Amino acid sequence: MAHENHEKAIRQVYVGLGILAVITLIEVGVSLFGKGHIIKGMDENFWVVIIAALLIILLSLYKAKFIIYEFMHMRHEVKGLARSVLLPVLLLVWAIVAFFYEGSTWKERRQDIKERDEMSVTDTKSMGMYHREWTEQDFQ
Amino acid sequence: MATDTAVHHDVDTQEGNAWDGAKRPFKASYGKLMMWYFLLSDAFTFSGFLIAYGALRISSPTWPVPDFVFQTFPGGLSGLPLIFVTVMSFLLIVSSVTMVRAVQEGARENRKGVVFWMLLTIIGGLGFLGCQAWEWTNLIGTEHMSVTTNPFGTHTENGVFLNEDGTPSDESFKAGETFLLHKVGGHHAEGEGHGFVPNQSAAGDYAGYAIDDKGFILRKYQVVGGDDDGVTKIQEFGPKAFGALFFFITGFHGFHVFSGVVFLIIIMLNAASGVYVERKNGYEMVEKIGLYWHFVDLVWVFVFLVFYLL
Repeated sequence: MAHENHEKAIRQVYVGLGILAVITLIEVGVSLFGKGHIIKGMDENFWVVIIAALLIILLSLYKAKFIIYEFMHMRHEVKGLARSVLLPVLLLVWAIVAFFYEGSTWKERRQDIKERDEMSVTDTKSMGMYHREWTEQDFQ
Repeated sequence: MATDTAVHHDVDTQEGNAWDGAKRPFKASYGKLMMWYFLLSDAFTFSGFLIAYGALRISSPTWPVPDFVFQTFPGGLSGLPLIFVTVMSFLLIVSSVTMVRAVQEGARENRKGVVFWMLLTIIGGLGFLGCQAWEWTNLIGTEHMSVTTNPFGTHTENGVFLNEDGTPSDESFKAGETFLLHKVGGHHAEGEGHGFVPNQSAAGDYAGYAIDDKGFILRKYQVVGGDDDGVTKIQEFGPKAFGALFFFITGFHGFHVFSGVVFLIIIMLNAASGVYVERKNGYEMVEKIGLYWHFVDLVWVFVFLVFYLL
């Protein structure tokens, strides 16, 4: 009986190898499709790019879950252990939201600074500003 | 998977008060538990790096497209987007599977099996490191990318490149395409419309291009369409952060693989010498290094996702 179980466990490992390999191939395929390598021009379609990216992220998360639960045997650990290791990872959700929000703000700031650098004052009077030419006296 | 066959050596006679000692939290040994928490903390480190990559990528107006940057293959082959990193991924997955086999054999107290499968795992890990060494050599030596220089720029407008004498050529490009800035006298495997060889080789500003102090050729181009239609502009370097992030993150992961290989070798030698036979705990040490090794594979899933696929 023990021997049979062992055979079965070995078979499961190779099935796992197959699953991971196929998912990786699908991921690469979807990624190249989303970048217009398989059908030209696909990368110009906004929704194709978004859906391809989401699909790749979901497949990667599945791969991660598979590795943790099957290869690292989390499936066989006590619930408390699994929870204490996996739940803290949820904190990352906020980190991702916060830093991506930061990132887009940096971009806006940079754009803003660039625009202001390129601004030139042509008619100061019409802007309601007090305007006076610098004279030699101002520097004495 | 393997626990069907695992021999349970744990002495879990949990009697008396929880504070009396000899009681295992989560029914796992101290070493295994701490390995899990180490991996959790390591996961946060890697997440910090990868989230930084995401934030900086979002904050940059342009970013090199990975399927252009990573399209070379050993042997001078080019135009094969992502194929080489896919091979690297397979190497890690396969070595992860051989590691599972080693742990299974350990649970059955099969010394020869453990050593054999660990040896295969080590070979897989070394293969991965070799691939990474090649990738880095190619990026640094051939394509001149460094922590502070990123020759992979991205066009923000449609346009045509200028010839040597400053007249428009028939080489056109589209917004969003990534280009590689070449060095004077450099040899590159990939073509990508960069068959342009300047007559000048000294640094300076010329009619159709400029050469900077480090010898990078920045071609001039005429914008086609848009607000700046007809304006002559010059190629720019890509966002600096790309090179730094790439070398730090893949380097950090590569260092994990390297230390993993070192530990695997030590534990394989211990297993071969029979140290773990005497412990009679189902080769728990192999199980612990197995956890670490799977984690390295797990991190690669996300490095692969963030750097190469998206």
